[in-house]
Amino acid sequence: MEIPYTVTARPDTGLWNAKIGIWLFLASEIMLFGGLFSAYVFLRIGADAANPWPHGLLNVPVGTFNTFVLISSSMTMVMAWASLKMRKFAQYRIYMGLTILCALAFLCVKAYEYNDKFHHYGVWLKNGEFITGHLEENTPESLTILPDIHHEGRHFWPETEHGAPREIKKADIRRWSNFTPKFSPFFAIYFTLTGLHGLHVFGGMVVNIYFWLPGSKLYRTNPEHLANRVEVSGLFWHFVDLVWIFLFPVLYLL
Amino acid sequence: MEISASPAHVHHGEEHAHEHHDPGFLGKYVFSTDHKVIGVQYGVTGLIFLFFGFCLMLLMRWQLAYHGQPLPVLGPVLAKIFPKEMPGGVMTPEFYNSLGAMHGTIMVFLGIVPIAFAAFGNFVVPLQIGAPDMTFPRINMASYQAFFIGGVIMLVSFFCPGGAAKGGWTSYAPLADITDRAPNMFFTGQTMWLIGMVFLITSSLLGSVNFITTIIQLRAPGMTWMRLPFFCWAQLITAFLLLLAFPPLEAASVMQLMDRVAGTSFFLPTGLVVNGEIVNISGGGSPLLWQHLFWFLGHPEVYVLILPAMGIVAEVVANNTRKPLWGYKAAVFSALTLGFLSFIVWAHHMYLTGMGARVSSFFQTTTILISIPSVIILTALLLSLWGGSIRFTVPMLFATAFMPMFGIGGLTGIPLAFNAVVLYLHDTYYVIAHFHYIVAPGTIFALFAGVYYWFPKATGRMMNEFLGKLHFWPSLLFINGIFMPMFLQGMAGVHRRWYDGGASYDLAKPVLHWNAFMSWSAWLLCVSQFPFILNFFWSIWFGKKVDHNPWHATTLEWEAPSPPPHGNFLKPPVVHRGPYEYSVPGSEDDFIPQGKA
Repeated sequence: MEIPYTVTARPDTGLWNAKIGIWLFLASEIMLFGGLFSAYVFLRIGADAANPWPHGLLNVPVGTFNTFVLISSSMTMVMAWASLKMRKFAQYRIYMGLTILCALAFLCVKAYEYNDKFHHYGVWLKNGEFITGHLEENTPESLTILPDIHHEGRHFWPETEHGAPREIKKADIRRWSNFTPKFSPFFAIYFTLTGLHGLHVFGGMVVNIYFWLPGSKLYRTNPEHLANRVEVSGLFWHFVDLVWIFLFPVLYLL
Repeated sequence: MEISASPAHVHHGEEHAHEHHDPGFLGKYVFSTDHKVIGVQYGVTGLIFLFFGFCLMLLMRWQLAYHGQPLPVLGPVLAKIFPKEMPGGVMTPEFYNSLGAMHGTIMVFLGIVPIAFAAFGNFVVPLQIGAPDMTFPRINMASYQAFFIGGVIMLVSFFCPGGAAKGGWTSYAPLADITDRAPNMFFTGQTMWLIGMVFLITSSLLGSVNFITTIIQLRAPGMTWMRLPFFCWAQLITAFLLLLAFPPLEAASVMQLMDRVAGTSFFLPTGLVVNGEIVNISGGGSPLLWQHLFWFLGHPEVYVLILPAMGIVAEVVANNTRKPLWGYKAAVFSALTLGFLSFIVWAHHMYLTGMGARVSSFFQTTTILISIPSVIILTALLLSLWGGSIRFTVPMLFATAFMPMFGIGGLTGIPLAFNAVVLYLHDTYYVIAHFHYIVAPGTIFALFAGVYYWFPKATGRMMNEFLGKLHFWPSLLFINGIFMPMFLQGMAGVHRRWYDGGASYDLAKPVLHWNAFMSWSAWLLCVSQFPFILNFFWSIWFGKKVDHNPWHATTLEWEAPSPPPHGNFLKPPVVHRGPYEYSVPGSEDDFIPQGKA
């Protein structure tokens, strides 16, 4: 039994099956990320003078670099597909390899950013004061913090200068935590959105690795089918890229 | 899968085909990619879950009618299995809440959707459009597996410390966020509910992508859009609803999971006090956000439950009245309108949250608008009966009962569209009665109609007619015995979540005596399902053997052998006419199959 229109297009719809399938899947993905973006809107509306929406906590140059990495990977992805269409297999191997390399680079940079956040702390004191900085020492009675020196206005770089070590008694602390999801609504939505996006990057990378190595055997028997498959994974890859294009300004810049 | 002309590949193809003849038990029944087997898997699993969810409700009905008394017969057994939740066979309030939450979850997400959409859709749609299978058979298999895992997680959650989820089937925050605060938040009922939900949503995503692509791509030659049986239209629109409405709940589930496991405050407001103490959280979240995201799924979900049922009823009605479906085009366009409007009515579940009068009036208007296409479809079905020579077969009995039952459910919903009325009726038994009339004697009756109607196609044998009638008449009687008094209780102000059924509330006194009546109706309804269970298994092996088209139906699935082989049709079907050409003047038979030239 053969399922028709897996490789060739159905004449009246002009499409082969997987192409419709991936577009429907992407429609569903838009609703998924749409749900999370609406959560971002709700949280941001809920921010008030007592709990203001934070700015300047993320590293804009690093985020910009990652944006370029992803955009480049989208370009190499198109080139990989075009190479298959032109039946240039060696070229396909190179471009697909570059795409995978970019995905890997993106994830590494993201891991560096996450790690940086996990080592940054914020402390709310009972007298209303709020201190951020690096943790020097943590004893049962007190914390020692190297506080960030704050500058006026929005920042491109998170604070890197530190003041003199400051010892805070645990009894004076209302709440303290490192910059993890539980720290604030901003970090909650930041980690959830970028985490889910990171999972998508990882998933797309795994699929591309499959088409790069074992899956590319299909080229010998049916190159058009392989080109179609790469087109489908490419559409997904562009979508993942597009999500980042929205995430970057929403989380880093606005 | 690719077509190749070289002899080596033909040979390879033959070998492959040979393998298919004996895929073994696991390959044939468990890890099958055949849409018919997957449909049956979904159907049987769904029926089991449906019965299980029903049993949860039977336990609750004991508590409502005879609150505080130990459960007879089953009490000691349950006391052994759940010593904390059922001490001495008496239900604790926490366990009652768990049963309520899980009854709703299991009935909707593990019972009705899998049967109405996945089981009938999988089995019937490819046959009706003349396709050899679904477009993505392996994704289809993965969809069932994800559903199965989700179901198992939901069942296992009863044995988590603290029991299964107890925040209602809607899992409203902040209640659902903060229940079962345990050292290990992962193994708690509510967390399991969320993880199970993610699996179920994945399953419906894979299913809906497959359905839509199949209907677009694999229609047989000549099967134009307006020759598509109404059932296929209903499934197509349902698939779109599942595709687009479910992901926001997935997003919400992920966020509630973060709230419970990672300590975030997506749905927890600043200064939240639990048990007299301010919770140590960042705050700044919004409980309303959960409700918006939940009902953004929740309302299209209602149409996911009802559209396939309408599709089944349309097929059965056309076949048993022996005349074309009245207003086929109007019904199709109404279903499309219904699908669109169902996305912009969700906040009528939230009138009492203080959204503001303007938002409320918007949703009030859209809610009233959506009743128009629903009424058009119901009218089309009703008018189809006019002047027909009706055969009251068992599927037709269920299909005819669907119409007034769904009518009662729909018409009692109109008052609930209005803001002012909801102030009084919100969260009372009136609401319970309203939506149960739609999904229980409405959708579930249509599902039974579908099982009786397509059973001969799946097995090659007819279900027993006497047992079918013995199933139908008591079911119709008792199901009304359960839900009709709920309207009275609801209008008297009885709240849907009272653990003692209202015994400790003065306002409930005049309608309290209905509790025992409804409970006995429920238990007798359970008894009336035994003829069906018996009939189902008996007919698989001993039912009357029939040919490929026992109902003299017109649609394509009846041109395939019963049961259809792998690949469905003996020769590729070609469609020459519309789906319901019954009693055509001048024709020899009273039906002309779609494939007849």
